[in-house]
Amino acid sequence: MARNMLCCNKTNYEGRDMKWITAVIKPFTLDDVREALAEVGVQGMTVTEVKGFGRQHGHTELYRGAEYVVDFLPKLKIEVAVADEQADHVIEAISTAARTGKVGDGKIFVSGLEQVIRIRTQEVDTDAL
Amino acid sequence: MRFEKPGRDRKAGMLRRAGKAALFCGLMGLALSLQAKGSTTIDSGDTAWMLVASMLVLMMTIPGAALFYGGMVRAKNLLSVMMQCFAITALVTVLWMLYGYSLAFSTEGMHAGVTNLHSFIGGLDRVLLAGLTPASHYQTVPESVFVMFQLTFAIITPVLIIGAFAERMKFSAMLCFSGLWLTVVYLPVAHMVWSGPGSFLGDLGVLDFAGGTVVHINAGIAGLVACVVIGKRRGWPHTPMPPHNLGYTVVGASLLWLGWFGFNAGSAVAANGSAGMAMLVTQIATAAAAIGWTAVEWISHKRASVLGIVSGAVAGLVAVTPAAGTCGPGGALVLGLIAGIVCFFTATKLKYRLGYDDALDVFGVHAIAGIVGALLTGPLASPKLGGFGTVESLGGQLWIQAKGVAFTVVWSAVLSWVLLKLIDRTLGLRVDTEQEQMGLDLAEHEERAYNLS
Repeated sequence: MARNMLCCNKTNYEGRDMKWITAVIKPFTLDDVREALAEVGVQGMTVTEVKGFGRQHGHTELYRGAEYVVDFLPKLKIEVAVADEQADHVIEAISTAARTGKVGDGKIFVSGLEQVIRIRTQEVDTDAL
Repeated sequence: MRFEKPGRDRKAGMLRRAGKAALFCGLMGLALSLQAKGSTTIDSGDTAWMLVASMLVLMMTIPGAALFYGGMVRAKNLLSVMMQCFAITALVTVLWMLYGYSLAFSTEGMHAGVTNLHSFIGGLDRVLLAGLTPASHYQTVPESVFVMFQLTFAIITPVLIIGAFAERMKFSAMLCFSGLWLTVVYLPVAHMVWSGPGSFLGDLGVLDFAGGTVVHINAGIAGLVACVVIGKRRGWPHTPMPPHNLGYTVVGASLLWLGWFGFNAGSAVAANGSAGMAMLVTQIATAAAAIGWTAVEWISHKRASVLGIVSGAVAGLVAVTPAAGTCGPGGALVLGLIAGIVCFFTATKLKYRLGYDDALDVFGVHAIAGIVGALLTGPLASPKLGGFGTVESLGGQLWIQAKGVAFTVVWSAVLSWVLLKLIDRTLGLRVDTEQEQMGLDLAEHEERAYNLS
């Protein structure tokens, strides 16, 4: 393998021209977000069903007098790896497509991405995106 | 000629097999009906109905109660609840065949008005169903059908109790408790109420058409004692323990409602006017209780919940059980409304106020609705309140009913406590903490209800 895959600690972080974009969105906006991302050239993504809370409050449930406050709301987490120059377009695409203007639309987290390897071909980094 | 209401029968041949003939015991104007019941031949219409009624009552347990209770527990305990319902069905069937029917319905040594040992417990002359042939009959139905019908009652009663200690009792302890409880608590009470002249509560004049005291108060009180002896579930009431599938609970409650027609209308042990009226008042009381519970909930919590409306319906079914043979449609309406409203408070408030973890509200719904029903059965049997009984004094019959309730409460509470303590000292009632957190499905049965991915 071309690179040492264990090279992951932060002091060696080099940020090889790629970004790791994680967005937590309302579940029903997924189709719009996927289309918007396809339009700006994103070729793949990972979607996970998650639960969490931020400023949007949960709800209460009541069963025979037992009242439960449900803090965690269902959300989707989208993860996309992109080249640096694509990042702004991707962020804008998600921001637009996932936005309803109401509390609970979610957040986008952006971080540097150190290394990408396509398992089948062993291509690395931007070639592997 | 067949008379239209079940009553007492003192014919010598019938005495030996008298059981539910005592449905309208005591004050029911015995002498009037005694001679009318001359029938000793099997009636095909009655038999057909009782065959169906037996199946309906079995359906109340599997799958009715299994789904009703199963939906209310957490996903990790679904199978344990269903397993308990199924296993009790099998266990009680065998015990019933071995000695249960004899201890409950043998009339050996019983004499009207005489209180002796056999006023409290049946003899052993019918052990292993001795003497049962295709030709033996109970009133106008084959005795085999009556044995089966009463068996389904004996099955559902211990099944009701499991809701109180759900999610924490060992399977082995549950089996021991159910078998012992059937023997020590249920069989004597069934005998005392239903075995005819000479039975203790029957001779007192207690009205219990289909089992308000025998089944529901008995089980509900045992449930309360059981949940106190075994202790709270870990984390209750602070950790959320919401029902995992209320859809199951709705299906289960619907099957209970449907099956209850076998329970109540079947308790006429005939396809006659009494059965028809029992069916109608059952429907009315159930609907009224569902509405009563829902209305109070809507007012106090601003929401009408699914669990609320089905719980109310079950409260109504329980409450009308003792009254189904004697109350009128108007009485059923009032009885249902009261039961629904009272049980709303006992199931949603009382439990948290007093701090006992009756997981699925066996006490709050079954015992309380059973007591409300048993008491009101007295006055509502009077023609003055639209009933069809021959109650002379409203207050007098209420007092008789209260004595029956008090006796059953004490009997069930004391003996259940003794049995539970006995099992706790020997087998241990409760699974350990790790097993409880893992869930009884995996810990006790090494299975999982849902393998979805």
